Amino acid sequence: MARYDGRVKIGVVQFPGSNDERDAVWAIERLGGSAELLWHGDRDLRGADAVILPGGFSYGDYLRCGAIARFAPVMAEVEEFARSGGPVLGICNGFQVLCEAGLLPGALARNGGLKFICRPQPIRVENPSTVFTRRTARGRVLTIPIKHGEGRYITDRATLATMEARGQVVFRYCTPSGEVSAAGNPNGSLDGIAGVCNEAGNVLGMMPHPEHAVDPAVGAGSADGALVLGSLIESLAGARA
Amino acid sequence: MKARVSLDIMLKQGILDPQGTTVERNLPSLGFEGVSGVRIGKHIEVEVEAPSREEVAARVEEMARRFLSNPVIEDFTYRIENGSA
Repeated sequence: MARYDGRVKIGVVQFPGSNDERDAVWAIERLGGSAELLWHGDRDLRGADAVILPGGFSYGDYLRCGAIARFAPVMAEVEEFARSGGPVLGICNGFQVLCEAGLLPGALARNGGLKFICRPQPIRVENPSTVFTRRTARGRVLTIPIKHGEGRYITDRATLATMEARGQVVFRYCTPSGEVSAAGNPNGSLDGIAGVCNEAGNVLGMMPHPEHAVDPAVGAGSADGALVLGSLIESLAGARA
Repeated sequence: MKARVSLDIMLKQGILDPQGTTVERNLPSLGFEGVSGVRIGKHIEVEVEAPSREEVAARVEEMARRFLSNPVIEDFTYRIENGSA
């Protein structure tokens, strides 16, 4: 793929029912990257340096969230890209797709309180050394919106212990002061887990929406999402240099 | 043969089922006292064309494991309703 400028290029997959793909494109462009929509039916990542699976309700979330999207033609390419070390970020529905595809451990079930939750949410950085978190610090609290009905992260205890040991728990829900507790956990996620990565650290899934928090003038008034997306852009630019 | 197969997919025991809990909590308000263990899952019916009953079972198990259920959080059971040759 020819590059017309020096910017890193991030592909944002568009499934039928995705609805945050344009916000993701806008956020990436605003942060100095270039972004392009990738069609779910194409087996082609168009030379992207990284891939985002956006939020929304792919295929109507029929059967289970993400269960049908994982069979989309583009996902064969995303899986190969991820397994060869390419950075893949799944946001909300994208996180669900990555779990269904087996690229991330665990699963996301109906919120403990059954309600769809839409609000700014504090999350604590547990692992600042991934390509998605290098501009953050361990223990730093980010305020990033959540908007989901099925975000309760579940895995078995043995898997969780392994994940903890490998630093795969990247974000946890917390109170505004950074305390991980029942009071800071909006959906009943196991141990307050809000985001996890794979063993290699190149695939991250998170329920909060960094693409909705890159401009303090809109939304939650937080630009903390720029730290996540900016980390990715910076990592890609660094890898190319 | 063409077989009609019913599958039930339930959250694994031990995983919180908030729908079941909510229904259980509300049954007494309608006068249904003494109901416990309410769990809510999915029921799926399929028709499968395969050479034998064994083959039907094998295909159903594979589709349930790979697609119809998520083995991380769900268990499935199935029954072959009929199996005329």
